[in-house]
Amino acid sequence: MQNKIDIKNYYLTQFDEFEKSLNGEKSSDFHKVREEAIGKFAELTFPTQKDEEWKYTNISPILKHNFSPLSFKGNVSSEIISKFLFDEMEHSLLVFVNGVYDRLFSKLIDIPEGVEIGSLAEAISANHPVIEKHFGKYAGTEKNYFTSLSTAFTSDGAIVYVPDSKIVDEPVHIIFYTTTANEKILTQPRNLFVAGKNSKVSIIEHYVSDEENIYFTNTVTEFVVGENAIVDHIKLQEESVKAFHIARMEVAQQRSSNFSSHLISHGAAISRNDFNAEFKDESSECMLNGLFMINGEQLFDAHTMIDHAKTHCSSHEHYKGILQDKSKGVFNGKVMVRQDAQKTNAFQQNNTILLSDDAVMNTKPQLEIFADDVKCSHGATIGKLNDEAKFYLKSRGIGEESATAILLHAFASDVITSIKIPALRNYLEEIITKRFNQ
Amino acid sequence: MLLEIKNLHASINGTEILKGINLSVNSGEVHAIMGPNGSGKSTLASVLAGREDYEVTSGEVLYNGKNLLELSPEDRAREGVFLAFQYPVEIPGVSNTNLLKTAVNEIRKYKGEEELDSMDFLLLLKEKSKLVELDQKFLSRAVNEGFSGGEKKRNEIFQMAVLNPMLAILDETDSGLDIDALRIVANGVNKLKTKDNATIVVTHYQRLLDYIIPDFVHVLYKGKIVKSGTKELAFELEEKGYDWVKSDNAESVV
Repeated sequence: MQNKIDIKNYYLTQFDEFEKSLNGEKSSDFHKVREEAIGKFAELTFPTQKDEEWKYTNISPILKHNFSPLSFKGNVSSEIISKFLFDEMEHSLLVFVNGVYDRLFSKLIDIPEGVEIGSLAEAISANHPVIEKHFGKYAGTEKNYFTSLSTAFTSDGAIVYVPDSKIVDEPVHIIFYTTTANEKILTQPRNLFVAGKNSKVSIIEHYVSDEENIYFTNTVTEFVVGENAIVDHIKLQEESVKAFHIARMEVAQQRSSNFSSHLISHGAAISRNDFNAEFKDESSECMLNGLFMINGEQLFDAHTMIDHAKTHCSSHEHYKGILQDKSKGVFNGKVMVRQDAQKTNAFQQNNTILLSDDAVMNTKPQLEIFADDVKCSHGATIGKLNDEAKFYLKSRGIGEESATAILLHAFASDVITSIKIPALRNYLEEIITKRFNQ
Repeated sequence: MLLEIKNLHASINGTEILKGINLSVNSGEVHAIMGPNGSGKSTLASVLAGREDYEVTSGEVLYNGKNLLELSPEDRAREGVFLAFQYPVEIPGVSNTNLLKTAVNEIRKYKGEEELDSMDFLLLLKEKSKLVELDQKFLSRAVNEGFSGGEKKRNEIFQMAVLNPMLAILDETDSGLDIDALRIVANGVNKLKTKDNATIVVTHYQRLLDYIIPDFVHVLYKGKIVKSGTKELAFELEEKGYDWVKSDNAESVV
C-alpha cells in the first residue's frame, strides 16, 4: 500500500514528464495556470476521513495504485458507442476516449452560428477568449487536492460556448469513454460550458466504460449561466464497477437564469460528486436532482452546495438513492442563505431505500440561513419499500421480484420524469429495469 | 366445493382473533359475513388473502382441493383468489394500467397462457372500465393516488373485473360509500357473478346486501360463526342489531 507522500511525489514526477510532452506550449500563458496548480497541489494532502468533507467517505483504496496521468491512447468503435446512445436521438455528439477528443466519432448537428462545441485542448491552443475569461475562475485550486491535480494536468475536455441569444435546440451529448487494457490510468477531462444571455442549451455529460477495469477519473466542470439563460444539464455516471470517479461541478448563475442538473449514477466502485452552485444575481432558479443506484460494495457520495447570495432566488434539490447489498451512500446538502438574500426559497429532500440490512446511508442536510424573510425546508428519509404496497401488488398476482422492481421504478420516477429529454428518460428506465428485474 | 374452511384459528401479535371458523362455499354462491366490530371479519379476509401479520395456529383451508394456507399471496391470486381491500393502498409512481398489465400477464404466465400484448390489453381495460363506470383517464393515473373513497372502492371492483377471479373476497367494500357509489360497486359485482365463481362479502351493515343479494349469511362474533342463514338473517340483524347476537352468545364466550 502506497503512502500519501509517495503518491504525491509520483504525481509531481509525472508532472515533469507531462511538461516535456507539451513542447512549445510550455511557454504559453495558459501553462502558467498549470504551474500554479501543481504548486498548490504540492502543499495539499490526500483527503482522509479526518477531514470534515470526507468524514463518511473512505477513498484510501485510490492510494493502492499509481494511476498514470499521462495520456494513454485508446480505441473506440461505433459498436461500443451505440451502447451508450439514446434510441434514435438526433443530437450533437462529442466523444472523448481516455480524456482525449476523438474527432472521428464526434458529430455536430444543427449548430446555430457562433455556437462552439468541441475540444478544450483546441480552444486552449487557439487562445480562445473564453478560456482566459472563465477557465479556473469557478473551480479554484485553493485547498482542493483533486482540482489542483486536474488543473495541473489540464489537457483536454469539452467546451461548449453559446453566445448571447443563441438557442441550441437538440441536446449536446458528450461521451467520456475509458478503455485501459488493464493499465492503471488517470483521466482528467476538464469541461467548460458557457451559456450567454438569453441562450438555451442542454448538455449531457456521460461517463462510460464497457470494461470492468480499475482506473481513476478526476473530472472538473465549470458552468457559466448567463442572464436569462435556460440550461439543462444531465450527468450520467456508468463507469466500470471497479473505477474511481471523483467529480466537481461549479455553476455560476447570472440574473434571472434557470439551471437544472440531474445526476444519475450507478457505476464506479467509488463515486464522489461535488456540485456547487452560486447565485451571483437575483431572481434565478436552480434545480439539482439525483438518483444513485448502488450494490455490492459500491460507495456513492454527493456533496452539494447552493449559495443563495442574492435575493429572490429559488433552489430545489432532490436526491434519491437505492442501496443494495453492502453499499454505502453519503449525501451532504449545504444551503447557504446570506444575509441580504431575502425572499429565498430553498427546498431540499433526500430519500433513500435500503434493500438490505448491510447497506448504509449517511445523510446530512446543512442549512445556514442568515436572512429572515425566506422559505427553507429540508427533509430526509431512509427506509425500506412499503410493505403494504408490496402486499397489494402480490395480492394481484405479482411476484416478489416484479413487485420490488415496480416499486423501485415508482420510487425513482419523480427524478426521472423531471428530465426533459424523452429518449433519455427511456434509456434510464431501461437501466432501472435491468438492474432490478434479475 | 370451491372453498372449505375447517376449524380455522388465527392470531396476531399473540392474540387469538379467529377461534375456530368453519365455512363452505360452492361455485356460484354469494356468502355474506356480518358481525360487530372486532369480531374478526377483516382478519378472516386477510388470512384468506395471505397477509403475513397473521399467524394461523390451527385448522385448514382447502381451495379447489389445494391447501390455500401453503400458497404465497401471489400464488393465491394466481390461483384465482381476489381480495378487494378495505383500505386500498395508494402507490404513487405506478399507474393503474401498469399494475394491471403486470398482474394479468403474471397470472397468464403462471397458468401457461400467452401474455397479452399492449393492444389487446388496452381493449380489455376499456371493456372492463365500463362495468364500473370508471373514466378512462383513471387508467394512466397512479394507483389510488388522489382517489376519493368511492373511487378507490370502484377501482378494486375494476381490478376484479380485469383479473376475473374464481373467489372474490370483498372486505367491507361498502364502508365510506354514499348510495350512488354503493350502487355502482354492487352493480359491478353482480355483473361479474357467474356459476363458476363465488363471492364472500364481508360487511358490517345490511345495506349492501340490498344490492348484492347473498345466498347465505353468516354472523361472526368473537372469532366464531355463531349463526348462519339465508338473506332473511340479514334483515333480522338489521332490525334487532348486533346486541341480539351478543346476548344470545353470552355463555359461549370462552
